[in-house]
Amino acid sequence: MTMLFYLAGAVALISTISVTISTNVVHALVYLIISLLAVAVIFFVLGAPFAAMLEAIVYAGAIMVLFLFAMMMLNLGQATENEEKAWLRPQLWVGPGLLILALLVQLVSVLVTQRVDVVPVEVGVHELSVLLFGPWLLAVELASMLLLAGLIAAYHLAKR
Amino acid sequence: MVWEVGSPLSIGAILFTVIIVAAMLIWVERRLLGLWQERLGPNRVGPFGLLQVVADMIKIFAKEDWVPPFADKFSFVLAPPIIMFVILMSFTVIPFAPGVGVIDSDVGVLFVLAMASLGAYSVMLGGLASNNKYALLGSLRAAAQMVSYEVFMGISLLGVVALTGSFNLRDIVIAQTDGWFIIPQFIGFLIFMIAGIAESHRLPFDIPEAEQEIVAGYHTEYSGMKFGMFFVGEYLGVLLISSLLVVLFFGGWLGPAFLPPIVWFVLKTSFFIAFFILLRAAIPRPRYDQLMTYGWLFLLPLSLLNLMITGAFVLWQEGGM
Repeated sequence: MTMLFYLAGAVALISTISVTISTNVVHALVYLIISLLAVAVIFFVLGAPFAAMLEAIVYAGAIMVLFLFAMMMLNLGQATENEEKAWLRPQLWVGPGLLILALLVQLVSVLVTQRVDVVPVEVGVHELSVLLFGPWLLAVELASMLLLAGLIAAYHLAKR
Repeated sequence: MVWEVGSPLSIGAILFTVIIVAAMLIWVERRLLGLWQERLGPNRVGPFGLLQVVADMIKIFAKEDWVPPFADKFSFVLAPPIIMFVILMSFTVIPFAPGVGVIDSDVGVLFVLAMASLGAYSVMLGGLASNNKYALLGSLRAAAQMVSYEVFMGISLLGVVALTGSFNLRDIVIAQTDGWFIIPQFIGFLIFMIAGIAESHRLPFDIPEAEQEIVAGYHTEYSGMKFGMFFVGEYLGVLLISSLLVVLFFGGWLGPAFLPPIVWFVLKTSFFIAFFILLRAAIPRPRYDQLMTYGWLFLLPLSLLNLMITGAFVLWQEGGM
């Protein structure tokens, strides 16, 4: 399981980096899907199979399909690719790189100084739903209201 | 035990059987269509034309595997294996018989839905990478159709899940010992079947590849084994939907004891495969906008209503109301 965790983590890292540096939008999207699936595997290894499946269904399976769908309508060609290449000049990466480095140092130091042994406990679908529709019912209902508002807004925009 | 769930031998046997059966379905479909249309169908190669599939395989492997120069090579090569991969992955959670299967997962139903939703990428990427207007039209249609029908497919299954109280497909079969779910979940069964045909874009819902309108849709530019993967993927999809229907609504391997469980599973699945082929021969293709309107305005409310009634029934039975 530990091996699987690190493997999925490595895949997630590499594919996420590829998302940022690839100049072709469709390739970037494919890498993003791979990254999301790797995160789903990580969820699974950490003992949350339900979250893993939802990650695959909702993020990789539905939201990314809509992204790709929108991309198909846009007819992006060589011009966009050149534009993307121009944006990827090395000097633009100095600032973000420094900030990321600061975060990395912080992360490594936390990992080195505070050793927390996390033992993955599998949380089944049943336990999760008891929690969601018991103590956290209000949060679930609020989230559903937010989604409804989004739905109504989308309907309104499509009508105009 | 060498034959228990998940042993390498049974994984290999299931993988081999599923692929061979899917390839043989090409011949079965042509012969059955011939039978129903009062003609012979392929009967030249081997006994009853059984070796037709072998001949087709040799032909398709020997064909030139061509990538058009205007295509986006990365996505073009990536698209066909996706459909094979996701459908074969879905077979891992199917309980064929007691002790026969690849994994016994507690999130089996969700896994099938996740894989079905990933299947959309195959046709979308294939059509988009082909850089051809017919292919693009086909994959646009495929994307809209698969995303829409996925919704009803998921909701129609939830009735069965509510009655069983588990996402595990093996538990779902065992819960049908006293009566198959086709009786309490008849509406769910109909919606799941229609959505399943739309998901595997078979006739009559083969709008993404409608020959008369858009050449061959998303696989216009494909040839050789890349086309073969799309083609076999379609038959794998038929096999998957048939076995899911059997597992979810027709009691899986359950049946009178004079035949072993696996035989019951195979018999029931063959019935649905034949039904899908008959459907292909019998029903004309709807228009694209008709398919969409039908889905969102009729199937969605119906599946939600079915889920609500099932939920109320389960609560009433438990004495919670």
